[in-house]
Amino acid sequence: MVANALVNVPAQARPGEIIEIKTLISHAMETGYRRTQLGALIPRDIVRQFVCAYNGTEVFRAELHPAIAANPFIAFSTIATESGTLTFHWTGDNGFSVTESAAIVVG
Amino acid sequence: MRLFGAAVGVVALAASAFAGEIPRVDRRSGYDFMSRETRAMQDDDTANPGLLWVLDGGALWNRKTGAAGRACADCHGDARASMKGVAARHPLFDAARGRPVSLEQRINLCRTDRQQAPPLAWESRELLALTAYVARQSRGLPIEIAIDQRAQPFLDAGRATWERRQGQLNLACRQCHDANWGRQLAGSVIPQAHPTGYPLYRLEWQSLGSLQRRLRNCLVGMRADPYEYGAPELVDLELFLMWRARGMTIEAPAVRP
Amino acid sequence: MERPTSRREFLLAAGGAAAGMGLVSIIAVEPARATPATMQEAIRKTVGSARVDAGRVKLELPPLSENGNAVPLTVSVESPMSEADHVKAIHLFTEKNPQPEVVTFRLGPRAGRARVATRIRLADTQTVVAICELSDGSFWSDRADVVVTLAACIEEV
Repeated sequence: MVANALVNVPAQARPGEIIEIKTLISHAMETGYRRTQLGALIPRDIVRQFVCAYNGTEVFRAELHPAIAANPFIAFSTIATESGTLTFHWTGDNGFSVTESAAIVVG
Repeated sequence: MRLFGAAVGVVALAASAFAGEIPRVDRRSGYDFMSRETRAMQDDDTANPGLLWVLDGGALWNRKTGAAGRACADCHGDARASMKGVAARHPLFDAARGRPVSLEQRINLCRTDRQQAPPLAWESRELLALTAYVARQSRGLPIEIAIDQRAQPFLDAGRATWERRQGQLNLACRQCHDANWGRQLAGSVIPQAHPTGYPLYRLEWQSLGSLQRRLRNCLVGMRADPYEYGAPELVDLELFLMWRARGMTIEAPAVRP
Repeated sequence: MERPTSRREFLLAAGGAAAGMGLVSIIAVEPARATPATMQEAIRKTVGSARVDAGRVKLELPPLSENGNAVPLTVSVESPMSEADHVKAIHLFTEKNPQPEVVTFRLGPRAGRARVATRIRLADTQTVVAICELSDGSFWSDRADVVVTLAACIEEV
């Protein structure tokens, strides 16, 4: 199954401008509370952490639990401080790890 | 009534309005019956989960596959141009097969005939992704189903399914969706059942799914036996539903509760 | 034609409750449930012995949700988000989901604005609680009630 992500970051911003970032990651977020038709518990398999770093410095983090809806959507903001790269890293159960990055021009 | 050739992509005279059909001016997409929040989810391409499948589909479009080692792009080039309007015209009569085929079936026919690759399973991630990617290229375009004398019997079969009482609840589709749309059924508003947004992300599924999946859900909901994926009854019903929604705008990939 | 049996009504009712949590089948297995008490306990574990006052943080949820599988939520705090005065974290809890914790957002002065949006799962009509932690060590809360309705035709696999 292809795990992919959609990240929306403005291509450019003025220094000090607060930019909104929206992220979507493909993941079923299996809660661990569902049962099969035979009554067996389906084990939990979720995204657990989401970290956004700006030129290497962490600017936002989310610690997720099963109550986050499937295909997690997280929108947050950060200050456009300098040109560079924003990286987005999702990690979770069963070694789940996806990284996306987006370039931003500030000035 | 005499029929002209199918060259024109406009509904032929023989396929006239059926009794009880919602007048064109009253035709509304399921979008209009959703909450503000769900509509916002559909409208925002950066929040619409269906776009994850479109993204996947774009990658698959360019991937060489099958014994022929061919990608969709090798024949069709840029989908934004070549696939424009395709979803709005399917199901479409296929002369070689002597019956209409749905968009999913068309994709699989290309795979087997042109790419020499095995067909993709119904509701598989790959088939949904490719269908979503192709359908996305028709977003904003009006549904245009051409019915000529070859397609007419299949349209009639679809309409017969629509009008026939089925299942333990002994309900016909039209009883809810033609005669009682806009009213409440167990806390939800009954929509008119126009397939303007397929394949769509259904919150209930927590996934993108096809029109046939939704039709099978409906049949199960009515406690009727659901046809198998790809069954002619389902494709005929798809044809009828798309024809019934003629002129309405494609929203794929939509979001629904 | 016979009236629906009481067993079928029971299965539909069980399926209704189950479908809200995204359960695959409509077997009447009692799902795990948090209670207002376990939610308070989870909040207590997060804030420690500090006092939690109502205010500062605003939780926005639709009062009526069409489907408990994906309820859009926005949480925000009026804050200068300066080095001296900013939001450190926002925690979300529910009363009736199988477990009370939903998510923790960790912010800081680089955020610019304390406003985060996501989509959550709600197993039933219930109250959602947001707790924000400020840089001065204080905790503030907001609550919102959501009525959760379900799709009318329940799907079976």
